[in-house]
Amino acid sequence: MDTIAIPAINLAVIAPEVVLSVVAMALLLINVFVKSEQKGYLGYLSIAGILGTLLMLIPAWGSSVEGFSGTIIQDNFAIFFKVIFLISAAMSILITDKYLEREGCNQGEIYPLILFATVGMMLMASGTDLMTIFLGLEVLSVSLYVLAGFNRNNIKSNEAGLKYFLLGAFSTGFLLYGMALTYGATGTTKIAKIASYIAMNGVSSSNLMLVAGMILMSTGFAFKVAAAPFHMWTPDVYEGAPTPMTAFMSVGPKAAGFAAFARVLLVALPALKPEWSSLLWVLAVLTMTVGNITALYQQNIKRMLAYSSIAHAGYILVGFTAGNAVGTAGILFYMLSYAFMNIGAFAIIILVGKKGEENSNVSDYAGFGYRHPVLGIAFCIFLFSLAGIPPAAGFIGKFYLFSGAIQAGYIWLAVIGVLNSAASVYYYLRVMVFMYFKEPTEDFEWVKLTPAFVLCLLIAVIGVLVPGVLPGLFLELAQKAVLM
Amino acid sequence: METLFFLIVAAIAVICSLMVVTNKNPINSALSLIMTFFCLATLYVMLEAPFMAAIQVIVYAGAIMVLIVFVIMLLNIKSEAGRRTSHALFMGISVGLLLLVQTWYLLVKSSLSSVRGTVDSAMISKVGHTELIGKSLFTDFLLPFEITSILLLVAIVGAVVLSKKKL
Amino acid sequence: MDIFGDIPWYIYFAAMILKVLVAFVFVLLTVAYATYAERKLIGFMQVRIGPNRTGPIGLLQPIADGIKLFFKEEIIPAQASKFAFVLAPLVALVPAFISFAVIPFGDSIQIAGYKFPLQIAAYADKAGTVYDLNIGVLYILAMASLGVYGIVLAGWSSNSKYSLLGGLRASAQMISYELAAGLAIVCVFMVSQSLSLQAIVADQSGLFGWYIFRNPFLFVAGIIFFICSLAEINRTPFDLPEAETELVSGFCTEYSSMKYAMFFMAEYANMVTVCAVMTTLFLGGWHGPLPSVLNFIAKVYVLMFVCMWIRATYPRYRYDQLMKLGWKVFLPITLFLIMGNAIWMTLFK
Repeated sequence: MDTIAIPAINLAVIAPEVVLSVVAMALLLINVFVKSEQKGYLGYLSIAGILGTLLMLIPAWGSSVEGFSGTIIQDNFAIFFKVIFLISAAMSILITDKYLEREGCNQGEIYPLILFATVGMMLMASGTDLMTIFLGLEVLSVSLYVLAGFNRNNIKSNEAGLKYFLLGAFSTGFLLYGMALTYGATGTTKIAKIASYIAMNGVSSSNLMLVAGMILMSTGFAFKVAAAPFHMWTPDVYEGAPTPMTAFMSVGPKAAGFAAFARVLLVALPALKPEWSSLLWVLAVLTMTVGNITALYQQNIKRMLAYSSIAHAGYILVGFTAGNAVGTAGILFYMLSYAFMNIGAFAIIILVGKKGEENSNVSDYAGFGYRHPVLGIAFCIFLFSLAGIPPAAGFIGKFYLFSGAIQAGYIWLAVIGVLNSAASVYYYLRVMVFMYFKEPTEDFEWVKLTPAFVLCLLIAVIGVLVPGVLPGLFLELAQKAVLM
Repeated sequence: METLFFLIVAAIAVICSLMVVTNKNPINSALSLIMTFFCLATLYVMLEAPFMAAIQVIVYAGAIMVLIVFVIMLLNIKSEAGRRTSHALFMGISVGLLLLVQTWYLLVKSSLSSVRGTVDSAMISKVGHTELIGKSLFTDFLLPFEITSILLLVAIVGAVVLSKKKL
Repeated sequence: MDIFGDIPWYIYFAAMILKVLVAFVFVLLTVAYATYAERKLIGFMQVRIGPNRTGPIGLLQPIADGIKLFFKEEIIPAQASKFAFVLAPLVALVPAFISFAVIPFGDSIQIAGYKFPLQIAAYADKAGTVYDLNIGVLYILAMASLGVYGIVLAGWSSNSKYSLLGGLRASAQMISYELAAGLAIVCVFMVSQSLSLQAIVADQSGLFGWYIFRNPFLFVAGIIFFICSLAEINRTPFDLPEAETELVSGFCTEYSSMKYAMFFMAEYANMVTVCAVMTTLFLGGWHGPLPSVLNFIAKVYVLMFVCMWIRATYPRYRYDQLMKLGWKVFLPITLFLIMGNAIWMTLFK
């Protein structure tokens, strides 16, 4: 029998993923020997692993290396997103330990699972083969199903895990079917080869197999980024999941979904741009409007942030619809700042909660701003940024997303986006009204800061304010990372 | 003769998959599903993909469905309680019809041009189906193949975390 | 019709039907007399006489047993799920027999200028090239994995707790041991570089060509495969699904008459199949000093004797020990064997 010629592997491309997976596996082993009260140390170890991975990524900036016969690439786009994933994972881990201790489900497996989810996201961002992207997505999703249901004693957490699993598996079916049709139409799963096949053979929107593939893949990705009308799972899952995991879930996977979505649409299927941009136009408008209008009625702050995260997916879809350099840079910038502001906001929600009582109704925040002025100001900064009020980073991000849409000629889309953004101010401000203008009914003396929380909040505040005040550097990085 | 055989197998597959969703008794549903998997395996053989057929039977019929039957037996689910509402039935039928019309439109109105790959009957009988799959797993799809190991590890860890009685 | 190669279709069909008949009759006869042989053997080993009343030295005993079971009353319990209850014995019996379709039981023979391979799912063209199912081993694994359904269905549909426990035990046990058995076969694939059983047998000529004697890893793999197969077909010492001291008669407690006989036949047919597979994969198939078919039969009978010997010798495993053995002993060992075999093959090419 003839031997198989193994193609050039180029391990350097997947070195960050390998390091992170090895750290995760090592933590699984170490976890066995760590006593229940000391599981927090595993968190610090995993943060060390994340920092190590970050250090490996930074020198790679600026180059574009392929590996494994074109199934994976390490380019600026991937690196930018990977940094977002690693930051959001690290910040979520910082706020995890105390929460788990409080809720009495202090199991060390959560840290490896977060790391594996991060590996999945990284593979999605740098995958250049539909199979790599799909498997990255599965690694991510399976970890998230478990993380959502991690608090086994809490029935809401169980519900979140189960719901997410069932709907997620269903949406995976759509994604895979879309990939299969695309493969059937073009004969390859490699993204670059799909594009070149389409360009060479003049396949276009007349080939419904390809179009159907594109639509089904879009459906799958739209589910993962929680775009309307595929958003139904979001509020229940975000509400039921352990809060640190909600923070993680609302940022990292969304960014990963967008990264893979962008690579598939912008690199593999630019020929179908008229089709997918009109599809995304509808998705964007629906997502923004449904997210914002439903958020207006929410009493539970976790649910409110869930709907707000749907709305944010809508804003990002606006930049996506534009499909130009400004819009794409806007996506990158916005994802980065969204990571900081959302995780920051969730960190404060965790602090306000008690064992068994999450205290997550908006009315529970009455007078919080007086009892804990520093935390109150931090929360306000995050909410301002989410609402898109300068000088926070959220404003700059939205500005770029909408100006990208205007440049591409989608004036109405930008107008709808701005209107939505204005509507969203209402529900963010409502929380602040409760914090500052209502008589306190509680003394909030259980709210205690630990060094990890201080660090997380500090990073979040810096991450929101610095790009907001000095956007130049970050925008330049984002522009360098754009796919085109 | 091949077409006739295909029609028979396809008919059985469709009938069995209908039985999966209409049967009230979960065990009978599971059995119909196994039958469907068998028909799929047969279709794979007819498409000259014997390896896929064997894997289909070993993995789906032989392992996954056994676990499903196992769970049904352990939970001792007898029959589905209560009838389905006509509301759901109506929605199901209308969505199904919609999909049917779409598929019909797709088949009639558009070009479904696809690519003919390099692998054909002659190549399969010369090299062997298993060898072809193995080769592409170790060359083109090496990385996805390796990622599945992480995926399986995550799934195992997840299952233990969620279901072990005492951690 | 190119599926017949360049052989006239009537010759093709005649040869096929003949091969099926011969193999089927052989398995049936072996099954019938295996029951007799087992009782006789265990009798000798336990210093008893065994059946000796029906015919000379009890030789007609299997036929008497058959007639007895045939005329017994069919009982279907009132609370049983009838469809599954009737289906179960069939589902148990069929996979046991159809595994034989891919086992080469002899060298190819030449008749009237045509070459016929002695394997049901195989044919040769005029040039003498033999084509068979090129995933034969996987086919056997697939059929083996289906055998569990008969037992599971029987256990569930009888609506009796002993049956249910037997069915549960069987499914857990078979899934666990299938894994180790499959991994043990991987070592064979590595050496043979083919999944076709014709190729595997052709590669094993000469005593030291037998895979079990090729290298130490394959030797261990062969033994593990045999043990795991015993567990998969619920033979002693792994016969927990029908452990009569705890579960009355396990999954077939509620069965009677011919349905019971079918389970009984399935068990022995499985034993024949496992021994035939073991012969083919590890013990050189039909290679040997005698004419090819006789070699094969001799090897299968020796292995069946070993099965009976084991039954007479070893006590039954406890359930947790059984699971521990499968997952914590055999599975790691087989994984290690695959590694070791790979290293051996690279070093001693």
